[in-house]
Amino acid sequence: MIIPHPLLGPRDSQEFTYLGDADLIDRPDWQAENAADRFYEYLYLRDNPAGEHRELWFHEQGDRSWLVVTRDTVTHEISKVELARDVARARGRSK
Amino acid sequence: MRYSGFKVLKEALTGHKGWQPAWRDPAPKAHYDFVVVGGGGHGLATAHYLAKVFGRSSVAVLEKGWIGGGNVGRNTTIIRSNYLLDGNEPFYEFSMKLWEGLEQDFNFNAMVSQRGVLNLCHTDAQRDAFRRRGNAMRLNGVDAELLDTEGVRRMAPFLNFDSARFPIKGGLLQPRGGTVRHDAVAWGYARGADSRGVDIIQNCEVTGFRIENGKCLGVDTTRGFIGAGKVGVAVAGSSGRVMAMAGINRLPIESHVLQAFVSEGLKPLLPGVITYGAGHFYVSQSDKGGLVFGGDIDGYNSYAQRGNLPVVEDVCEGGMSLMPMIGRARLLRMWGGIMDMSMDGSPIIDRTDIDGLYFNGGWCYGGFKATPASGWCFAHLLATDRPHETATAYRFDRFRKGLMIDEKGMGAQPNLH
Repeated sequence: MIIPHPLLGPRDSQEFTYLGDADLIDRPDWQAENAADRFYEYLYLRDNPAGEHRELWFHEQGDRSWLVVTRDTVTHEISKVELARDVARARGRSK
Repeated sequence: MRYSGFKVLKEALTGHKGWQPAWRDPAPKAHYDFVVVGGGGHGLATAHYLAKVFGRSSVAVLEKGWIGGGNVGRNTTIIRSNYLLDGNEPFYEFSMKLWEGLEQDFNFNAMVSQRGVLNLCHTDAQRDAFRRRGNAMRLNGVDAELLDTEGVRRMAPFLNFDSARFPIKGGLLQPRGGTVRHDAVAWGYARGADSRGVDIIQNCEVTGFRIENGKCLGVDTTRGFIGAGKVGVAVAGSSGRVMAMAGINRLPIESHVLQAFVSEGLKPLLPGVITYGAGHFYVSQSDKGGLVFGGDIDGYNSYAQRGNLPVVEDVCEGGMSLMPMIGRARLLRMWGGIMDMSMDGSPIIDRTDIDGLYFNGGWCYGGFKATPASGWCFAHLLATDRPHETATAYRFDRFRKGLMIDEKGMGAQPNLH
């Protein structure tokens, strides 16, 4: 697979390591009332769709940026690549 | 019809006119006591033991494609019970004991061949870990033998003992491990189940579950509605897709692709199954002579039954560093299968929150060796509503309670198991 990096252009997927579902950006609040339940869901439950999947890739052998890649799990076709930083900020994360 | 040496001889002399199909092709009935979704190894074994051990005959197995077309025909055929943890080892040893009597059980030649499984170690720390694992196995009554370098050399003199970057320091041998002809496992279980009245319905895809007031009443399929007292789902890589139809959208499972490879046929070469400890590479030789080998999963969520080239390179590098002569063999075929990778690397055999709906999955890429015990334990759960004594740890709620069975100690990261 070739991942079109938003800053570096097309890069071989071998340069990346894979983390998983992009929902992992939304780490629950550890002080919340239901933190135990939320962390259980965050750590262990996955949507696992056959089709479009937003997922986190880390450019370990490159610029060490985290990317959110939108990829089809049936065809492996990549339709969109964003910097995870931008996605996190768009979701209201500032730190 | 029973298979025997006499039958083979008789048919040879009478023009092979007496053979019959190994199982029927029935039309689905309106209702069964038990419906098993998924006609793979685990689903067929479940039906077989439901009928044979628990005496239930109103059983149907629904298969979207054909028997033997899924992971049961795509794996690298290895059986072993060399696990470390208490939640796993008794279960896999139960499976090994069932393998040992399987052919007599379902009267079909599955070519169970206990040639030994040898895990190589390449550092002192790894040898210590293997010693610990071997002791844990022996405490559970399983055979395990720690070999030194010379012991390994006697078994497999062709390995790279001269110039390896990671020299072979020894190995952990399970002599009762080995290989089984995987297609014959599917066919044998199908035949065994069918002969006891189980309906095996192929080309019948489940399209939905009929659930009313929290109870599962049956399944909608491409061949109409089929009512059921209890529904058991055993669909491996499709677990997420199928359970989503029942409204269970999130499971502790990701689907990943695992590739496997087979070389051209060679003369007898490998004594048994050999695994490389400094990379991820395992190899055995089929009875046709092909070297059957594989390595890591590709590492990203996938439902495509094909992988990518980086893992091909990684697997072949492992093979070359372990046994350089493999470079002279030509690759005949390579393929991929979809693995239901669970969050701790161990399976789930449990009921769901929906009454009458049961789940069997999360086998990662080790489901084949578990086929007999998985079927037996799932049948036990379906028939008695209690888990089998060797499968009590395989519960959904172990993740919530922090009771993971993490054989490799990787944490909640499915692509590392």
